[in-house]
Amino acid sequence: MNTTHVLKTEQVKPNPKEEKNVFEIAGLNLWYGNDQALYDINMNIPENQITAIIGPSGCGKSTFLKTLNRMVEMVPTVKTSGTIKYKGTNIFDPKRNVEDLRTHVGMVFQKPNPFPKSIYDNIAYGPRIHGIKKKKDLDEIVEKSLRGAAIWDEVKDRLDENAYGLSGGQQQRLCIARCLAIEPDVILMDEPTSALDPISTLKVEELVQELKENYSIIIVTHNMQQAARVSDKTAFFLNGELVEFSDTNTLFSNPEDQRTEDYITGRFG
Amino acid sequence: MTVREHFHQDLGELKKLIHELAEDTKRALSDAIDALYSRDVDRAQEIIDHDVKLDKKELNINEQAILLIAKQQPFAKDLRRLIIALKISSDLERMADYAVNIAKSTIRLGKDHPLEVHPQIRKMADVALDMVNLAMKAFEHEDISLAKKLAEMDDEVDDMYSSLIREMLEETATNPRMIQHIMQMAFGARYIERFADHITNIGENVFYLVKGETYDLNE
Repeated sequence: MNTTHVLKTEQVKPNPKEEKNVFEIAGLNLWYGNDQALYDINMNIPENQITAIIGPSGCGKSTFLKTLNRMVEMVPTVKTSGTIKYKGTNIFDPKRNVEDLRTHVGMVFQKPNPFPKSIYDNIAYGPRIHGIKKKKDLDEIVEKSLRGAAIWDEVKDRLDENAYGLSGGQQQRLCIARCLAIEPDVILMDEPTSALDPISTLKVEELVQELKENYSIIIVTHNMQQAARVSDKTAFFLNGELVEFSDTNTLFSNPEDQRTEDYITGRFG
Repeated sequence: MTVREHFHQDLGELKKLIHELAEDTKRALSDAIDALYSRDVDRAQEIIDHDVKLDKKELNINEQAILLIAKQQPFAKDLRRLIIALKISSDLERMADYAVNIAKSTIRLGKDHPLEVHPQIRKMADVALDMVNLAMKAFEHEDISLAKKLAEMDDEVDDMYSSLIREMLEETATNPRMIQHIMQMAFGARYIERFADHITNIGENVFYLVKGETYDLNE
């Protein structure tokens, strides 16, 4: 996998020893209509690390993820209370531009969802919306993004072909490349490998490890082994509550909460 | 019913195999001590021959544990259960080897040696056998307080060993013609002392299982 080309190399990398938070979440509650889905979530998500979110179906982990870039508000009955600070500013602030937030906080979904367009146009779509028109600039972004998502070598000779012709694993990496093209700071991933075969899964996991140099990654996964393999920190959600949030090594070897132990050892779930 | 019922049943089976190996190891030591006192070289040879079966049991436990790690990808306490299954079975196998060493000493001493076997050797072995019972109880019930008692019992064995060696050393001075025989007896005591050290390892493994931390019972 190509590790030499990553986006945003011009940016100054933060000192890894000085841990900063990309999100600071305090007292977050969320309701779908009258049903409460998240209860008093308090956690700080570190910058330039991989944070995994695990928990049984219906525990609120995807809801929580989609709250971080306010995608959850696409459901009209959603209400929230509490604060989520993204780099110091509350994302629920009425003056906050949601499109701008989503530019900084990109998302990759469970099923690869390329547009029915060429590989090139899939990547160039976002930058074009942001006003980049010059062919030369777009070419550069497309190459950088595809390299960043470790798929350039596989598609460089067929950029004009329809993205639907790619395999599932390639399509998912294309979607990651599409996300990189708008230069976000954070990438939210909602079970990004659950529709992929084992080898494609490992490729995406490798990619995620490389991307954390330049991005903060938050990944929801049903696969506990995956969370243990790729993440630095892991949060365990249960019935809308954050039960435990700690270093991945601790959480999977010697969790503090009995409910975490019972879940990761398969005593319920 | 738990979600991983089959896996947890397999863990239970593995535990049974470890208890079985512990019983065999205890029997090997107690038979070896009996053979030593009764100068029964035939019985001593049987202990040596039987040891192959214990080695096979240890290998079987290892294979089962490795298979479960590979197939079930366990986390947390379940992973520790498998790791300590590997370690405890290895200690038990080593302990049985010490029983074999005592049997070999019995054969070297022969049927007709004139020395009386010092009663302290049996006392040491009795404490060591009690230690195995306690360690396996601690393992069964995941009880750290029992595991900690093993340290005191090991000290008792060590003290008996030291005084016994002093006595034997004096005897070599007064009875230099029997030095070869006295050496074999001293080896026997040494093997029991080492046997007991391995039991404290089992206690440490129980501690690791329960707490997820290492603990030194041999301090």
